[in-house]
Amino acid sequence: MRLLAVVDAQTLVDAVGLGAIYALMAVGIGLVFGVLRLVNFAYGQLVMAGAYTLAFTSGWNVVASIVACFAVVLALSFAMELVVFRPLRTQSPAVMLVTTFAVAFFLQAVARIVDVRDDTIGESASSLASLRRAVSIGGVDVRKVTLVAIVVAAVTLGLLALLLARTTLGLHMRAAAADFRTARLLGVRADRVIGAAVLLSGLLAATVAVILTVQAPLVTPDFALKETIVVLVGVVVGGIDRLWTATLGGFAIGFATGVINGALPTDKTVFLPSAVFALVILVLLLRPAGLFARGRAPVVERT
Amino acid sequence: MRLEPLVQLLGPVALVVAVGVGSTQVSRSLQISFLDALVSVAIVVAIYVFVGNSGVVSFGQISFVAVGAFAAGVLTIPLESKTFVLRDLFPLLRDHTIGNVASLLLAAAVGGVFAFLVGLPLMRLSGLAAGIATFAVLEITHNVLREWTRIGPGATTLSLVPETTGPLQATLGALAVIVAAFAYGKSRLGRMLRATREDPAAAQATGIDVHRQRLWAFTLSGALAGFAGGLLVHMLGSITTEQVYLELTFVTLAMLVVGGVTSLWGAVVGALAVSGLDSFLGRAEEGVDVGFTLDVPTGTRLVAVGGLMALVLILRPSGLTGGRELTLRRRTA
Repeated sequence: MRLLAVVDAQTLVDAVGLGAIYALMAVGIGLVFGVLRLVNFAYGQLVMAGAYTLAFTSGWNVVASIVACFAVVLALSFAMELVVFRPLRTQSPAVMLVTTFAVAFFLQAVARIVDVRDDTIGESASSLASLRRAVSIGGVDVRKVTLVAIVVAAVTLGLLALLLARTTLGLHMRAAAADFRTARLLGVRADRVIGAAVLLSGLLAATVAVILTVQAPLVTPDFALKETIVVLVGVVVGGIDRLWTATLGGFAIGFATGVINGALPTDKTVFLPSAVFALVILVLLLRPAGLFARGRAPVVERT
Repeated sequence: MRLEPLVQLLGPVALVVAVGVGSTQVSRSLQISFLDALVSVAIVVAIYVFVGNSGVVSFGQISFVAVGAFAAGVLTIPLESKTFVLRDLFPLLRDHTIGNVASLLLAAAVGGVFAFLVGLPLMRLSGLAAGIATFAVLEITHNVLREWTRIGPGATTLSLVPETTGPLQATLGALAVIVAAFAYGKSRLGRMLRATREDPAAAQATGIDVHRQRLWAFTLSGALAGFAGGLLVHMLGSITTEQVYLELTFVTLAMLVVGGVTSLWGAVVGALAVSGLDSFLGRAEEGVDVGFTLDVPTGTRLVAVGGLMALVLILRPSGLTGGRELTLRRRTA
């Protein structure tokens, strides 16, 4: 109860904002997992690439800069699919995980080389700095970007839900996620479904890149790495096999992190990561399908 | 004894001895690279014992290297400086110091016990779940080592560790790990575990307890990794928690994958090849003379290692050695 008493409206709003960003990343990871059974460890590096693009184009018109960010992230997303995911389709999930782990390190190392050309590490992305200013709503100071994050996440997730529920492509994607082989037999075009998933997850990564750079304008090679790890944890804890449980898991871990960090002094949270990862192990052992999933069947692995 | 198994042991042994002898013939700065390669062999072979034989991916073996390194490091710092720099330690750790060999054995014991305790619940998992759970173990180990100043230096550098891992200790250490891995691989336990790797259902049907076999290998792998951590800390002389975390996990996994996950020969070849490339590029980042002056940007090392690992996984998932042991017979393809 002591904990609840110190959680004020300010902390809650910030926590929802963080949860919204994590939810977007969770969807990006979950979409690709759905059709490819591939946990993309390198997802954070898509966000990082987008953030660098924003930093390097910060002299440009804001719209042009954001368009460039989307273009770079989408190009990288498709390149990843073509060069890495496609040849690996027949491999085991563990091999795919190790490979994306390698790709993540590779991209991070490339970013470091590009970054230190000017002899300093880190680039500043400041074109949308005005969004960092706070507005007062009912006595609560909210940074505009927090509102943007919440609204963008709500709208994006709504559109995505519509796409999945109401369109043929969405139906194909859901079918492929449920049973890829049967879906193909019934006429679902594999490349198209995978392409759509890669496209959508790239769009989400670029969106996250824009929001994150407004919140933390200093872009470094490990930008979004910590976030990706936390989101992966959230996705697995929530249940990676279904998109909505994965999203909920991502949101929940973001929200919980926000509340705990806002409510407890820093010296009380040093062992928080251990507690979170211990929870992950516990969930994997006791409810392998995820906390929010029905039943306890383990994550389906394609053979 | 038939010749064939002997070749499988002697190949790796010969390579390691060659590197060990080579390390005494070169300049001091180059010697570090050679010793580093030998310690890498020890770590990678330790990982191979579990990952190679079981076919279950683990991102967590560097946790055992970490606890081994810090156990051996903290307990070998001379008393007069330890009570001064590591004041927060538990009295047991603060007021006692042990010898070099004892610290290596202790590192192995700590790594083994830790791996056994972790493996007890975790070995029920496989595939993706195992990968993520072992990653969680790495995160927890790193977090605790970094923040708990009663068992170690916390976020600061652990220094003043006696630098006893010279050419002799590095070579003997790597050889000890290789012999242990070979003996395990040829044992009944090792064969049973490889059977579960090839076909879990069939192995279970013949009465093999998959969970128990994986746990044995995980524990042995943890003990060897802890031992390798002891070698590492005695080579470096000073160490931080960041040095036994994500990057080392990545580099050692890359070594194992590049060489070929499923054979001891692959683990040794991969460790030596990648660590050779790594050292060469590390020197090239400073500018090295190879007929002409080769100067590559800082960070090329990780780009090359990451790219190489991804390439091998995509083009030749069984690694340079094809995941086979060394053999004298010519393969008929």
